[in-house]
Amino acid sequence: MKPAPFGYADPTSLDEALTLLAEDGAKVLAGGQSLLPLLSMRLASPATLVDINRIPGLDSVAVSGAGVRVGALVRHADLLHHAEAARVQPLLARATANVAHPAIRNRGTTVGSIAHADPSGEMTSVLALTGGSVTVATPGGPQTVDWADFFVGPLETSVHGPAVVTEAFFPALPPRSGTAFEEVSRRKGDYAVCGAGVTVTLDEDSRVTAARAAYISVGLVPEVHDLTEAVAGRTVAEADWAAAGALARTLVDPDGDLHASADYRRLLVGVLTERTLARAAEEAASR
Amino acid sequence: MTTKLFGEPVRRREDLRLITGRGRYTDDIGHGALAAAFVRSPYAHARITDIDVDGALDVEGVVAVYTYEDLVGPMAEPLPVLIPHPQLTAPRTGYPLARDVVQHVGEAVVMVVATDRYVAEDVCDRIVVSYEELPVVVGVDAARAAAHAVHEDVPDNVAARHHQETGDVEAALAASAHTLSFTQYIERSACMPMEGKGVHAVWDHDDASLRVHTSTQASTSVRAAIAAKLQLSLEKVEVVAPDVGGGFGVKIVHPWPEELLVPMAAIALGQPVHWAEDRREHFISSAHEREQRQEITVGYDDEGRVTALDVRGWHDNGAYTPYGIIVPIVTATQLVGPYAIPVYRVRIDSVYTNTVIVTPYRGAGRPQGCYAMERTMDRIAQDLGLDRAEVRRRNLIGKDQFPYDHHLTFQDGRPVIYDSGDYEGLLDKLIALVGWDSMDARREEAASRGKQLGVGMAMYVEGTGPGPYEGGHVQVLGSGKVLVSTGLTSQGQGHETAFAQIVAHELGVPIEDVEVTTGDTRRFGYAVGTFASRAAVMSGNAIALAARGVRAKALRIAADVLEADVEDLEIDEGLVQVKGTPGASIPLRTVAVLSNPLRYAFDEAARQATQFAGPGDDSKPPVAVGDAPGLEHVDYYSPIRSTFASGAHAAVVEIDPTTWEIDVVDYAVVHDCGNIVNPMIVEGQVHGGVAQGVGGALYERMAYDGDGQLQNASFMDFLMPYASEVPDVVIDHQETPSPLNPLGLKGAGEAGVIPGTACIASAIEDAVGRRIAAMPISPTELYDLVRDPDAERVPTREGAPA
Ligand SMILES: Cc1cc2nc3c(=O)[nH]c(=O)nc-3n(C[C@H](O)[C@H](O)[C@H](O)COP(=O)(O)OP(=O)(O)OC[C@H]3O[C@@H](n4cnc5c(N)ncnc54)[C@H](O)[C@@H]3O)c2cc1C
Repeated sequence: MKPAPFGYADPTSLDEALTLLAEDGAKVLAGGQSLLPLLSMRLASPATLVDINRIPGLDSVAVSGAGVRVGALVRHADLLHHAEAARVQPLLARATANVAHPAIRNRGTTVGSIAHADPSGEMTSVLALTGGSVTVATPGGPQTVDWADFFVGPLETSVHGPAVVTEAFFPALPPRSGTAFEEVSRRKGDYAVCGAGVTVTLDEDSRVTAARAAYISVGLVPEVHDLTEAVAGRTVAEADWAAAGALARTLVDPDGDLHASADYRRLLVGVLTERTLARAAEEAASR
Repeated sequence: MTTKLFGEPVRRREDLRLITGRGRYTDDIGHGALAAAFVRSPYAHARITDIDVDGALDVEGVVAVYTYEDLVGPMAEPLPVLIPHPQLTAPRTGYPLARDVVQHVGEAVVMVVATDRYVAEDVCDRIVVSYEELPVVVGVDAARAAAHAVHEDVPDNVAARHHQETGDVEAALAASAHTLSFTQYIERSACMPMEGKGVHAVWDHDDASLRVHTSTQASTSVRAAIAAKLQLSLEKVEVVAPDVGGGFGVKIVHPWPEELLVPMAAIALGQPVHWAEDRREHFISSAHEREQRQEITVGYDDEGRVTALDVRGWHDNGAYTPYGIIVPIVTATQLVGPYAIPVYRVRIDSVYTNTVIVTPYRGAGRPQGCYAMERTMDRIAQDLGLDRAEVRRRNLIGKDQFPYDHHLTFQDGRPVIYDSGDYEGLLDKLIALVGWDSMDARREEAASRGKQLGVGMAMYVEGTGPGPYEGGHVQVLGSGKVLVSTGLTSQGQGHETAFAQIVAHELGVPIEDVEVTTGDTRRFGYAVGTFASRAAVMSGNAIALAARGVRAKALRIAADVLEADVEDLEIDEGLVQVKGTPGASIPLRTVAVLSNPLRYAFDEAARQATQFAGPGDDSKPPVAVGDAPGLEHVDYYSPIRSTFASGAHAAVVEIDPTTWEIDVVDYAVVHDCGNIVNPMIVEGQVHGGVAQGVGGALYERMAYDGDGQLQNASFMDFLMPYASEVPDVVIDHQETPSPLNPLGLKGAGEAGVIPGTACIASAIEDAVGRRIAAMPISPTELYDLVRDPDAERVPTREGAPA
């Protein structure tokens, strides 16, 4: 389990990085928590790793009323413990708490996990659910790509050619809204067998106006499912969250694997939807 | 007396070294050695048609490439069948490097030696092996159906038919008031030590001798195997097991191909060669265990007493049988557990499949036997509407029935005669410990939280400490240091501590003065190995006997010096003294000096033993006839037969009936391993065993697909429980000494894992009311089971049959 030979560069500017990335077989190295195992198992053999960890300006979390900007070198652990960010968009801390184990969260970057586009990663779906976007540095200048245009397939994004994702933007939670996140994994800290993140928005009379969900390890790319019709116009107490769960089950198309059948994942989508929507609605009502 | 340490929870002296990164494992040894790597078969069953190494030879750093063609003499012959058995009628073993046909994914085909492991793997990538695929056999049922043969000349895939019976089972079943039959399965798991295998070999050209460090559980036997296979004289081969990062059974198998090939290359190249197994290699080319199909028929009376038991089993031994049929024999003979079974017949076919070999993994066939017997007890209870604990109680061997002869033959070829035990005592303690009789209240409380709670129990008897023998050497140096060695190896169990306690206790010296060496053939050449929970029983007793020998000699010499009777002397804190006469004493270290009459004084201590140091008795030779210089003694312990430890476990599970997640909320253990040298070590062994039991019951499996590809050959998908999945374990001890050995010990190493699958299956069944007939079970499988309209329902409460 030793990687095949590869080159290594640690540029100190984005321009330098983009130049290096223009070479054949060059790949960005961020926290290495997904990439290095692939190298060691010789499932990937890039010609050069372009380590972005020495590029200044990529390591901050910027919180504003509009939302949270997460730089490319922000580790999962930084985001998990960022109180300001959690206030503006509570899903960030709730979801990162479910990413792997502390040691991996200390190294792995949130932006890296989005760039990696693994459908079993938490943060891809959170980006989707919050309606977020990423900023990509390219030789032609920075581009902003909406989440819906970014994820193309498992481990595949729409960004090609030399590019560094410099930040992810997670819009703030709208007023009178609440969120919840929950997942089922075989062991604590494992990738989810199934996870659900939801947001619920209420009107002034505490009636549901929107209920949306995104799932982890369900489907090939993150998707946001609108479940509003099952609960629209109901108060938090009246809403039939089980009906929303049932609706969700009809909307998803999970696959089976070693750890869960497709049917079981579908079951979990229903259960987790029901549980999380109820909690999110409570939170929305109390905000 | 401060040195009486036997039975005390002395802190493990090896831990500081091991947990602060100062352990010295095989991979820590010999930096700068050449590195070996292997091209392994990607197919489960295939004929090798060509091996093309041309593209590999120009890689910078490649040193040598070996295939079967390069093996000579005994190396070109099949690997040994380590444990032959008359019922093993079709044993098959592989070659160090595959010859013609590969029988499982992972079998070594080519060995590459290069300047480092990176280069060696680059070279492996460039070697092209062509194969012609052959039909693949995966799983006991396919092996049994024998539509295809694993080995061409074994068309029914049966390596062995193991058969034992204690009476006419058919007649006894016919005469039974009740009978029931059922079939169940248990899946594969594996030892998964943190440290995989590893070998480091150095050839001393001038001395024509070989030194091998290997991560093994049997260094003396590896030494003999290397000498035989590489045609070296035994005294020219040294084998050392340094710190070993876990074994759990897989490292008792030997010689692994790498243990022969790495030394072979070191000799051929005249340079040190090193190999460290990586995790994927460990998954696909070491060993697994546990897969069996069991068909059980039991007869019983109205009270639930078993009248006859008939077990028909199929045991998946993988592609080869280097370790013989130890695992199925252990299943067959340990299955009966703590119960008096009047008539018992067991027939287990050991069958070939195109998968990794199956050899003992902690428990070594016992978890399967326990699963068969204990699930049978549960079924009888359910059928008669009786409490599961009560049915067990009615079948237990009584306290007054020891020694108890099962009329079976154990894995050591000796009769299964239980030496001692108190099984009802175990059951009583377990019922109290887990709160068996107050489960209804807990069920209700759990239900109020939306959870289904269930409880299960399982009992076992474990034959431990089989022979043939182990030895111990104890030597007191003039510095006062006490050197202890045994040939048996250590892989983290705490032998250094336990053996030091025994010596400190027997000899009367401070434990700090005792230094223990294990598994180093330079220090002790005769040994069997570490397996079958035998280290404390075998080496512990041998070392105790050796210490007693040293003590006797020390007293003899001291009696001369002190002009006292031996009977009047005692040793405490390293001082030999006349009882009740303060001042009339001599330090043991001085006795050690005097024990070796010297001509030359090289230091102050030695001066005391030289010819003009004091008045000598010139009527006698300096070393008495029949005596030897030095304060040391070697002794051996060879038992008449195994000792039988026992225990009872209970698991309480909570199941979320919406997600079918299974949570083991309580785990209770009552454990009897005879006299305990160190309760802290025993509890640690039990905890580790329980963790593996939980793993085997709920998480671990070897996910082979129909093509014989292991789909979860990494820690990403092979789910070993983390600390977060292992329940807190409460332990109660019972000490029923063994009458068979001087220290009254029974083994403790494997016990913790044995009942896990059985008692967790029982608990889940109790919680959900559906029959569990295959283990392990995961939430997705439990979901399938509960919604399957054909799944067999069971009464969830005693006294309320369906
Ligand atoms: C045992 C284990 C368990 C894990 N469990 C989980 C889990 O439960 N949930 C989860 O979401 N993740 C999990 N992970 C993955 C972890 O979250 C990774 O940190 C994350 O997926 C990738 O982030 P990274 O910074 O380590 O990226 P790297 O490994 O460095 O890179 C991953 C990929 O993204 C690309 N990349 C990274 N950053 C950028 C960038 N800024 N611009 C362009 N491309 C980029 C790289 O080129 C590479 O292809 C686990 C990892 C391990 C080892």
